[in-house]
Amino acid sequence: MHFGLTGEQEMIVSTVRSFVETEIQPHEAEVERLGHVPQELGDEIRRKCIALGFYACNFPEEVGGAGLSHLDFTLVERELGRGSMALVHFFGRPQNILMACEGAQREKYLLPAVRGEKLDALAMTEPDAGSDVRGMKCTAVRQGGDWVLNGTKHFISGAEHADFVTVFAATGVDETAKGPKKRLTAFLVDRGTPGFAIRPGYASVSHRGYPNSILTFDDCRLPDAQVLGVVDGGFDVMNDWLHGTRLTVAAFCVGRARRCFDLALKYAAERHQFGQPIGRFQGVGFPLADMVTEIDAADWLTLSAAWRVDEGLPSNREISSAKLYASEMLARVTDASLQIFGGMGLMDDLPMERFWRDARVERIWDGTSEIQRHIISRDLLRPLGA
Amino acid sequence: MKVLVPVKRVIDYNVKVRVKADGSGVDLANVKMSMNPFDEIAVEEAIRLKEAGKAEEVIAVSIGVKQAQETLRTALAMGADRAILIVATDDVHTDIEPLAVAKLLKAVIDEEQPGLVLCGKQAIDNDMNATGQMLAALTGWSQATFASEVKIEGDHAIVTREVDGGLQTIKVTMPAIVSVDLRLNEPRYASLPNIMKAKKKPLEEKTPADYGVDVAPRLQVVKTTEPETRKAGVMVRDVDTLVAKLKEAGAI
Repeated sequence: MHFGLTGEQEMIVSTVRSFVETEIQPHEAEVERLGHVPQELGDEIRRKCIALGFYACNFPEEVGGAGLSHLDFTLVERELGRGSMALVHFFGRPQNILMACEGAQREKYLLPAVRGEKLDALAMTEPDAGSDVRGMKCTAVRQGGDWVLNGTKHFISGAEHADFVTVFAATGVDETAKGPKKRLTAFLVDRGTPGFAIRPGYASVSHRGYPNSILTFDDCRLPDAQVLGVVDGGFDVMNDWLHGTRLTVAAFCVGRARRCFDLALKYAAERHQFGQPIGRFQGVGFPLADMVTEIDAADWLTLSAAWRVDEGLPSNREISSAKLYASEMLARVTDASLQIFGGMGLMDDLPMERFWRDARVERIWDGTSEIQRHIISRDLLRPLGA
Repeated sequence: MKVLVPVKRVIDYNVKVRVKADGSGVDLANVKMSMNPFDEIAVEEAIRLKEAGKAEEVIAVSIGVKQAQETLRTALAMGADRAILIVATDDVHTDIEPLAVAKLLKAVIDEEQPGLVLCGKQAIDNDMNATGQMLAALTGWSQATFASEVKIEGDHAIVTREVDGGLQTIKVTMPAIVSVDLRLNEPRYASLPNIMKAKKKPLEEKTPADYGVDVAPRLQVVKTTEPETRKAGVMVRDVDTLVAKLKEAGAI
């Protein structure tokens, strides 16, 4: 066992942290007020990130990425958690799923995404298909040698800036002993494709500058060349490339919790009431003790899950544990930190209320806490035949 | 031309320093350490000179504990070409004094023959502001301190200095020792490719004995104390009371 970071990892952490402090944090309040990231600001962050060689650092070197290990990338994501989700979106981490691109798709989608020339988004969720992905109503039907997409996606992050979107649609149904089961296929859809529209989504309590969009497909015609992976192979593509996103949520939560905790700790040491720093009161000091303990626990859980992925060890259960615990830890830490600030914690002069609101979505997206518990419990019980 | 940049491992500027219970100094155990911010500015300037074609090689050198390796790796990740570490102590609380550092740097200069030494004007731990000047005395080279702008023109360096009450521009003959001030530049972040390359760049490890320099302390720290804490202020009812209080204090 060795729990230290390498010299390179220390430097990666320090560079990303400085970047977030200097290039991201000063713009957070404005972005929160506007509800979106001004194009020039997003472009500037993207340009600086490319110059630093961090853009698409989650991609392998042979496609122009930095080839970071899952552990290294988890450290990057953890530090990005100290910044606003809306702004760190431009510290580009294209969806790993683009690695499934083949032939001409590589030149058209994968490589420009890695170079930061094109932004992507991922569209899976529908109004009637959240955790139940197979329940999706979006369909792609074969017609005259093309695919014709119809349906609606919602809660799609990053779509307002995306040049293209990876969209999942049902391409058939299998009759099984447990009833009908939909077959899914992933498609690459360019912004501007006739029949495809990106509309503003809902006003969310979390990550206000990071809007969600509604995507509609109305007889949107796509040639075979737009199929990502193989026809009816949507689940394989998902399983191959998307299981890691839970890990990025966990890492982001840890980073966010550290920033929140740092502010609460400082305040507890500096704020005086009844003639002493409020941190001296056990009512404030003990929550701080609980917080740092939980943050450390989530941190190690997350890093060890990432390490397992790098080692090729089974990690599905561990990734779910990290996502579950880190997101629930963040809810407790943001709440307890806000409490230390008292009334001022609720005011938007300080970022505490924003951290508290932002934390809420982490227990919902990329698999709810309930779905994570389901994955963990099935992983434990299935081998026992239960 | 080679540029030599001495870098010091110091307590991170974000850390709230604490005086040791026995008053012998500042507690450095388990405290985050980083490159002295002024030295970071010196490294940045050296790399810029290289990028502008005015320098061929940037050599970072650090003197202190073995852990200063990390400080040198940071310099290498920023873009320095190679590094020299002189391990002069194994105790993190032992500060190598400016004269000993200057003598060691003089020995490195004799070996490496740089055309320019860029150093931080002072280290933020002890704020001595002495090494650069001592080094200039030992080498007999020109000295330009507190640089806010450095231009290399042939055999000369045109250096703008931040002095009390304004800026002074001087022209010095090379080789020269230039100590840099805060406003000279804004140091870059280490890029990811450079971070990855840093490990492969040469880092030579030496001891003071290799250079025949005695680093035994000549100064004795008598006492270290925390700055006096500010006394609590007084809340006043209204402007009239405030004015009266200020008059009472003789402030207006």
